[in-house]
Amino acid sequence: MHNNQQGKMVAWTDFERATIKDIFSKIDYEIVGPAAISRCLIVYPWTQRYFAGFGNLYNAAAITSNPKVAAHGKVVMQGLEKAVKNMDNIKATFTELSTLHSEKLQVDPDNFMLLGDCLAIVVASQLGKDFTPEVHAAFQKFLAVVVSSLRRQYY
Amino acid sequence: MSLSAKDKETVKAFWAKVSGRAGDIGSDAVARMLTVYPQTKTYFSHWKDLSPGSAPVRKHGGIVVASITDAVNKIDDLAGSLLTLSELHAFTLRVDPANFKILAQNILVVLATMFPVDFTPEVHMALDKFLGALARALSEKYR
Repeated sequence: MHNNQQGKMVAWTDFERATIKDIFSKIDYEIVGPAAISRCLIVYPWTQRYFAGFGNLYNAAAITSNPKVAAHGKVVMQGLEKAVKNMDNIKATFTELSTLHSEKLQVDPDNFMLLGDCLAIVVASQLGKDFTPEVHAAFQKFLAVVVSSLRRQYY
Repeated sequence: MSLSAKDKETVKAFWAKVSGRAGDIGSDAVARMLTVYPQTKTYFSHWKDLSPGSAPVRKHGGIVVASITDAVNKIDDLAGSLLTLSELHAFTLRVDPANFKILAQNILVVLATMFPVDFTPEVHMALDKFLGALARALSEKYR
């Protein structure tokens, strides 16, 4: 698998750009971030392996009310916001975060899309029918670019 | 990751709540799959119209969701009840099983848009497990 991505940018359509910015302007980070992380820890419980220091993750109620989980949810949203503000260079924006997840946190990168899937579901429940197939497609593309950027520094 | 008694209860209870909108659920899930994961369109080149809301998409959505409802009712023997469908997918349709996961995720997204309050993390997990078990039963005859 080559890594000859130099100078090759992701092509966003006007619709995709507008949609991503619109989604992130509409959603409440304080709700969506914590909801996505806790959903991930509940639905895919093996992801709890990365949060051993977070205290009580014993059941869904404990996870949903855990303040460290909620705080981490907000950290994730702040990271995603950086990508929204730098849509033409998400790769570079996440270089350090990628290295962090690979070398320090040692997160299996397959987990990134598990969180991505939960984020899609939380955003879907927030936006309801406004989360049309086309909006969903733009959001999924954004998630794919974010995940790919986070995977980039793994070796 | 087999279904516990509680998972089965959760799936049955939730499905009973939502089955009134089964047609919309199926149609929206298929439409989303084709739009969000365009590689899935390769299986439907014989359709005249692949756009959301089109007749073939609605019809196929109805077929898919009817099978899911049937599977919910036969949740204790998914392999047995899906035998014929598995043979169809394995020998005639030859859908790559990775796509079952894709359709499953789209079903879950649709449920989140339509039932945001009822689609709790616990329900989400039970349904994710159920759709995974369905996919495995559907793949049974492949090789």
